Amino acid sequence: MLWLLSWKNVWRNKLRSIIVIIAVMLGVFAGVFMLAFMNGMVEERIQTVIRTEISHIQIHQPGFLENNDFSLRINNIDSIIHLATQTGHVAAASKRIVISSMVASAETNSGIKIIGIIPDQESKITNIGEKITDGDYFRNQQKNNVVIGKKLAEKLKVGLGKKLIITIQDVSTNITSGAFRVGGIFDTDNDMYDESIIFVRFSDLSLLSGLDGTQAHEIAVILDKDENTDQVKAELRKSLSTLEVMDWMELSPEAGYLVSAMDQYTVIFMVIILLALCFGIINTMLMVVLERVREIGMLMAVGMSKIKVFYMIMLETVYLTMTGGTVGIAAGYFASKYLERVGIDLFFWKEVYASIGYSSLIYPKIDLQTIMIVSLMVIFTGLFSAIYPAFKALKLNPAEATRME
Amino acid sequence: MNIIEIKGVTKIYDKNTIPVHALNGIDLTFQEGEFASIVGPSGSGKTTLLNILGGLDDATDGVVLIDGVDLTALSGAKKTTFRKNKIGFVFQSFNLIPVLTVQENIEFIMQLQGIAREDREKRTAELLEAIGLSDRKNSRPNKLSGGQQQRVAVARALASKPKFILADEPTANLDSKSAENLLDIMGKLNREENITFIFSTHDLRVMNKAKRIITIEDGKVISDVVKEEIHNLI
Ligand SMILES: Nc1ncnc2c1ncn2[C@@H]1O[C@H](COP(=O)(O)OP(=O)(O)OP(=O)(O)O)[C@@H](O)[C@H]1O
Ligand SMILES: [Mg+2]
Repeated sequence: MLWLLSWKNVWRNKLRSIIVIIAVMLGVFAGVFMLAFMNGMVEERIQTVIRTEISHIQIHQPGFLENNDFSLRINNIDSIIHLATQTGHVAAASKRIVISSMVASAETNSGIKIIGIIPDQESKITNIGEKITDGDYFRNQQKNNVVIGKKLAEKLKVGLGKKLIITIQDVSTNITSGAFRVGGIFDTDNDMYDESIIFVRFSDLSLLSGLDGTQAHEIAVILDKDENTDQVKAELRKSLSTLEVMDWMELSPEAGYLVSAMDQYTVIFMVIILLALCFGIINTMLMVVLERVREIGMLMAVGMSKIKVFYMIMLETVYLTMTGGTVGIAAGYFASKYLERVGIDLFFWKEVYASIGYSSLIYPKIDLQTIMIVSLMVIFTGLFSAIYPAFKALKLNPAEATRME
Repeated sequence: MNIIEIKGVTKIYDKNTIPVHALNGIDLTFQEGEFASIVGPSGSGKTTLLNILGGLDDATDGVVLIDGVDLTALSGAKKTTFRKNKIGFVFQSFNLIPVLTVQENIEFIMQLQGIAREDREKRTAELLEAIGLSDRKNSRPNKLSGGQQQRVAVARALASKPKFILADEPTANLDSKSAENLLDIMGKLNREENITFIFSTHDLRVMNKAKRIITIEDGKVISDVVKEEIHNLI
């Protein structure tokens, strides 16, 4: 009976109720959509970190990562690659020579990290090969080919086919240089990456630095699924106990923080929205109680218990909140699901996003679990905002009903 | 047995700085089947008395026995239940729930009492018949005239089968024709269902429909007349 009575009461002042419902709807919609948007952004960034920049797991000599010390090399690199690829869930592994050095064009020079790779092996690990905007990814067989980022090309003022001088310290700590020709230019969504990393062939870099091809600095490992990272990392740590095995979260801590930070931000964001709604709802319901002082007094007089009066006002509040909340959640969910397919292209902010390492094409992502959590938060908001007005109603005196002003 | 018995009831409102002595030692008893009116000038204490009889307000002093139960000893929740089952109320206005239909309003207290749907509907139909509003059972209260609304309020009060019905100036907002009509219906129900009515009024004509007239002034009963002759006529 109370259910129906409260529902009817909600529609006593249609305009006011509709305004509150719309406010809740918009707030919740914005919350859900924002959640999906941020989630999609983070997911995209994580995928970039894994697929473009880092891979799932990297193996180095202990201490190498601190300042890329050339002498901290892994010996018998191919047998270790073999061992790594034999481990369960490992899809592929590649070896890399990594040298911090200088690159110079006719115009200017720049400090960069030069990575020597075996292109066929590397394309199974990272997707730089798919990000080529000019030239190709070591498809021609010319020696001393270099693939550089677009940002660096702009900085060095070079284009395809232009010469670059790479200067490094070789095995015997002599300074040595080699002339390389730009064979490809890539463009990831991360300006910093594009500006600081260049790729050459493993064999070319071995030759220049005086290595014999059995040594390298880095092994990058890609897995079948992101979720298996911890397990594979543990196994590799056991089998390669003298080497340092790290996953992408450890290698790029900011990407790891990103996940938890974004989660926190979105929760805070949601809480702020709901808090704002809360005040609106409380205000409205206080008005409702105030307007109905005599009626509520009459209900108490004729025998409606205080608990029932309390529930009645609670229910009215929850109905208001849930009507708006349900529509808002549904709208947010379907909008996000739709945009997850087509994406939102914030092309006008492309530069801004790229400068912090993000793609401007965002695919909002939302799962049902998040929807459940949001729903619970909305229900909680409804209940919470109902308490005070319902309590006010409780305080009313049945004798009120008989008193004429 | 007396269904209402009060002794030495006083009521002092002292919320404000000057205490108001609204009732000054009232002794009254009511028997089953009475049709009594309480009259007196404005501010004499009629509403205060009815509120105390109905358990809506507490007496400052004195004994209030309703159907043998000492009302002053009941807690808030018990008093609410007591009112629900034993006392019917008709107020001057704001009697009905505007979002419910006439039928739903009459059923309301029965629902609170947990009476089965069939029984509720049967009783409601009877009462609608008695107040002559069977054809309006699906109307909202705001579609009815003031007199019709008060008739519905009487039916609602009766529906829960209370021991007696208290009505504080039920006709105050009605024109004289509707007022008389309401009183006639109340009188009929009093005779047919033997239900006790106690109502307050300013209106002489309404007052004269009563079989017993209690006059109070300054919180004291100054006369209590039973019109036996009318009683005998019926
Ligand atoms: N809640 C209250 N607080 C303080 N004083 C009150 C309160 N209710 C009533 N009084 C006072 O008590 C006295 C009796 O009031 P009551 O309402 O019972 O009179 P009444 O006979 O019903 O008057 P009316 O015919 O105008 O309805 C009045 O002096 C009134 O001012
Ligand atoms: Mg009065």
